[in-house]
Amino acid sequence: MIPIQTEKRTLLTVFTEATLEHVLIKDIDRLGIRGYTICDARGKGSRGVRDATWDESKNIRIEIICARPQAETLLAHLQERYYSNYAMVACLSEVEVLRPGKF
Amino acid sequence: MNSIDPVILFFLFGLVAGLLRSELKLPSALYDSLSIFLLLAIGLKGGQGLATQPLGPLLPQLLAVVVLGVVQTLIAFGALRAIFRFDRPNAAATAAHYGSVSVATFAVAAAWLSSRSIDVEPQMAILLAVMEIPAILVGIVLARGVSKDTDWRSLGHEAFLGKGVTLLLGGMAIGWAAGPEGLQPIKIMYFDLFKAVLALFLLEMGLIVSRQVDELKRRGLSLIAFGLAMPLLSACLGLGTGMMLGFSVGGMTMLATLAASASYIAVPAAMRIAVPEANPAVSLAGSLGVTFPFNILAGIPLYHWMATQLTGATP
Repeated sequence: MIPIQTEKRTLLTVFTEATLEHVLIKDIDRLGIRGYTICDARGKGSRGVRDATWDESKNIRIEIICARPQAETLLAHLQERYYSNYAMVACLSEVEVLRPGKF
Repeated sequence: MNSIDPVILFFLFGLVAGLLRSELKLPSALYDSLSIFLLLAIGLKGGQGLATQPLGPLLPQLLAVVVLGVVQTLIAFGALRAIFRFDRPNAAATAAHYGSVSVATFAVAAAWLSSRSIDVEPQMAILLAVMEIPAILVGIVLARGVSKDTDWRSLGHEAFLGKGVTLLLGGMAIGWAAGPEGLQPIKIMYFDLFKAVLALFLLEMGLIVSRQVDELKRRGLSLIAFGLAMPLLSACLGLGTGMMLGFSVGGMTMLATLAASASYIAVPAAMRIAVPEANPAVSLAGSLGVTFPFNILAGIPLYHWMATQLTGATP
């Protein structure tokens, strides 16, 4: 068996309104982050139930694995730019990845 | 023609099911697909009509509806600020909804007129596409002024190449290029099934409208008053514009309906990005919770009656 060699990276998860998707993608690209995954989501929070039944109530979940400083820069940008006016929750967690060069 | 239109009954069914908190839920992909179908069908129908007439007289009409959209947005903004005491961002965002148009309302009016064999000028579809845009731009200027950090390029991209405008104009181009003869093989799906698809779409609209009730209760009577008064005023402006442009009774009814309708797709999405301080729930409760049902249940027949009175035609 090949020994598994992992390295620590940071996972930034963002839950927010689907309308913001293309704006956030631009932010992510500008910061030089190499990859992200977006999926449709629904749920409930301080702004009520967002049940994804039509355009205005759609949520998304964005997941980004990157180096800690990059994740912190993006998180700070999200807080400054979007937190006050949009439905948004973001959190950081430590993950172990293979092929650290990808992130 | 005394029986209630089945399309309206589908809407009422969705509304009641939603109000009773039924488990009924249509998949969101279906809602998207139905709206794509409706936009394409409206575009094809308009384009096919345009193929048989000269395009020259269109220019002044396009200009007139752009002015109409701008004036409506300004009036709505002034009224919301002065009479309804909205703050600036919410007044601007809501005004943009009312200056723009609703495709679903247009579709219901088209079905209503065609079931009564009332002719409508084919260019209505292009007026529908054009009227969607100016209110968005005016709304943004009203909310933020002409500031340097407004990203006009991406806003323009969104306004002019959004889903609705793209599909309408694409459908029109196809309809125009193929002409009535060429469209014959696909007619059964896009024209003959139009009303059946619209009915299903309105079932979903009923469900969506029912979800606005909580917000309406929170806002009280003022939003309901605005949601009823604004379409009536806009319809009069639309009728006047239609008369000035020499439209038929059907065309005037359609333009009045377009003017009276309030957007709930293109504008909310654009305003959410451009005017983040505005609360989207307020504008949507007005445009979806009050104005949309008013227009399809009472407005369209009323605007038609007004158009016949104005032109002196027998209904």
